[in-house]
Amino acid sequence: MTFEQFIFYLLAAMAVVSGLMVITVKNPVKAALWLVLTFITTAAIWIIAQAEFLGLVLILVYVGAVMVLFLFVVMMLDINLAQLKEGFTRYLPLGAIAAAATFGMMYMVLGPDHFGLEVTGAPVVHDADYSNTKSIGVPLYTTHAYAFVLAAVLLLVGIVAAIALTLRRRAPKEVLYQNIDKQVKTQAADRLRMVKMDSVVEKSLPVNEEDSK
Amino acid sequence: MFDAIQAFLSSFLYDWLAIVITLVIQAVMVILPIMLTVAWLTYAERKVIGYMQVRMGPNRVGPGGWLQPIADALKLMTKEVIFPQQSNKFLFIIAPVLAIAPAVAVWAVIPFSPEVVVSDINAGILYVLAVSSILVYGTIIAGWASNSKYAFLGALRGSAQKISYEIAMGFALVTVLMIAGSMNLQEIVEGQQGGILNWYLLPLLPMFVVYLLSGLAETNRTPFDIIEGEAEIVAGFHVEYSGMTFGVFMLAEYAMMILISFMTAIMFLGGWLSPFEGVPVLETLFAWVPAFGWLAFKVSFLLFVFLWLRATFPRYRYDQLMRLGWKVLIPVTIVWVFVVGAMQYFQFGPWFN
Amino acid sequence: MVKFIKHQVKTFGLLELFKGLALTGKYLFKKKITVRYPEEKTPLSPRFRGHHALRRYENGEERCIACKLCEAVCPANAITIESEERDDGSRRTTQYDIDMFKCIYCGFCEEACPVDAIVETRVFEYEFHERGPHIMTKDKLLAFGDKHEEQIAADRAADAKYR
Repeated sequence: MTFEQFIFYLLAAMAVVSGLMVITVKNPVKAALWLVLTFITTAAIWIIAQAEFLGLVLILVYVGAVMVLFLFVVMMLDINLAQLKEGFTRYLPLGAIAAAATFGMMYMVLGPDHFGLEVTGAPVVHDADYSNTKSIGVPLYTTHAYAFVLAAVLLLVGIVAAIALTLRRRAPKEVLYQNIDKQVKTQAADRLRMVKMDSVVEKSLPVNEEDSK
Repeated sequence: MFDAIQAFLSSFLYDWLAIVITLVIQAVMVILPIMLTVAWLTYAERKVIGYMQVRMGPNRVGPGGWLQPIADALKLMTKEVIFPQQSNKFLFIIAPVLAIAPAVAVWAVIPFSPEVVVSDINAGILYVLAVSSILVYGTIIAGWASNSKYAFLGALRGSAQKISYEIAMGFALVTVLMIAGSMNLQEIVEGQQGGILNWYLLPLLPMFVVYLLSGLAETNRTPFDIIEGEAEIVAGFHVEYSGMTFGVFMLAEYAMMILISFMTAIMFLGGWLSPFEGVPVLETLFAWVPAFGWLAFKVSFLLFVFLWLRATFPRYRYDQLMRLGWKVLIPVTIVWVFVVGAMQYFQFGPWFN
Repeated sequence: MVKFIKHQVKTFGLLELFKGLALTGKYLFKKKITVRYPEEKTPLSPRFRGHHALRRYENGEERCIACKLCEAVCPANAITIESEERDDGSRRTTQYDIDMFKCIYCGFCEEACPVDAIVETRVFEYEFHERGPHIMTKDKLLAFGDKHEEQIAADRAADAKYR
């Protein structure tokens, strides 16, 4: 076993174990953290397979941004675990059927008939200076440019929709908003008035003759 | 040099053991100087801020206070680590590790001078971005595992801030990629050859500022240190940490600060290139300065700027900070991506050809 | 419009930030005002209120006549006095304790004293590491007064014309 193979099997085992932990661990925050570990090990496996662009982007996007937002939500939820587990046995058969169906479909597509070295042939081993960023980018912007732009528009629509759904401007009576733009643009002259005036010299108090005696 | 060490070791050891030992040697050779820099950066910070406040800063331990970082380290190491009640002990301990690990791992791709780099990979910038984005987990897990409301609030603020500013940072890097046409950090530096005018500083001046600002936000430095905000949430995500667990968070913060300075120097200030390239007299006058000397000089200046900013500006309010990130920096970067595209199309200046 | 453009230039040119940086940059090179304490000390006023002391007359007779005005005026109830008739018929204290943990160094005892017996000296460099020694007994206070009498007398003289 070469060093590379050893690393691969180590990472693969970690990915499988952490994937299992995601669905078995009780605490949802810990489940999310195990999912993070799954992502990282998967990214590492991709990097071993010379797909460093995809691997790094997986870490950057999923681990660095998506999972953080996910953790946000999970951390702030007050989840009652007993309640969550209530219908486990009742829904178990249905879940098992759905899982089996999904597995079957995946097997039909990804099974040994379609994958493996006999079908696809051994992958080309590239040199160290081979840039797979380029080999992804060039087809994306040439042969698949149309689909790429369409996907981008779809994402934009998704962003707009998400904002439109969650944005609710309540009446100013209910909630007080800060107008930050206005606050930031404030000049000293808007709030402060410099007044020029002569200094006033107060005369000393008249001395009472009676007292001074 | 490391290939030679590896060959020597594998002559009497297993191959994999030779590889591991060589990797460890490389890692130590990079990490040790950085940790020492971090130690004396804390000293420099206290000195510089002190001087700007007409004080002297630490001057008791050793001549001029030079040994202060060692005293601090000893203090932190001998202090007791306190676990808050009902905290998640495993995550509580793992959080500082998660904070320091990426901050150290990033250095694998940073070139210190030509060909002096642990791992010269193609997607260098992407690697730096990806690994520094994992840094959020240290903060967020620390906040959650502490079982404290202050820590949790600090963690929420900090991670929201970090992922917001990462976008602006990423776009700023995109403009650099557009000019350099490469994600390899060495090639980016080599693309800036030919004197101060050929640096990417001039065509990307707004991006330089954006990168520096989002770098400040990424490392939780003033004026963006609402994550600590001692006036409101005591010390943010690390309230419950004491002793070396706290120290590790500090190490990570300062290591990231040095990293941001290195990245800024490499991408905008010509890395290890001399600023006098092509200037007749000065070039020969400064020919003795080694490549790393110039890089170190630029990095120290940027670090000084970090401290200078801390001594000057008050802390941002949280909503204003988010507004700056989303409504100012990101639009500016997107506009500049188009400007750089136009400059590229028209073969503008010495930078595009 | 002109105002708008001016504002934009000011904002995106970060002019005000640079102004702030220039100010701190200037202060970087100013002379530092730090006093390196154990080696250097700031001047003290003759009215400084530090460690307490009980004084004596020049003939060695203790000044305190046990009038208990200081005990009465003390806002922190730090002073405890017991008194008895001495053999020669004069009224003197048998106990004069100041609890240094309670004392807030307001100086009222000194103000109240009709014979200038209890005074607060310039000495502020002292500390207590445990309970017990922090109670300043009469003997300790008198001894302290004897030790610093020269300084105490000079301070009183310097301040005399304002009393």
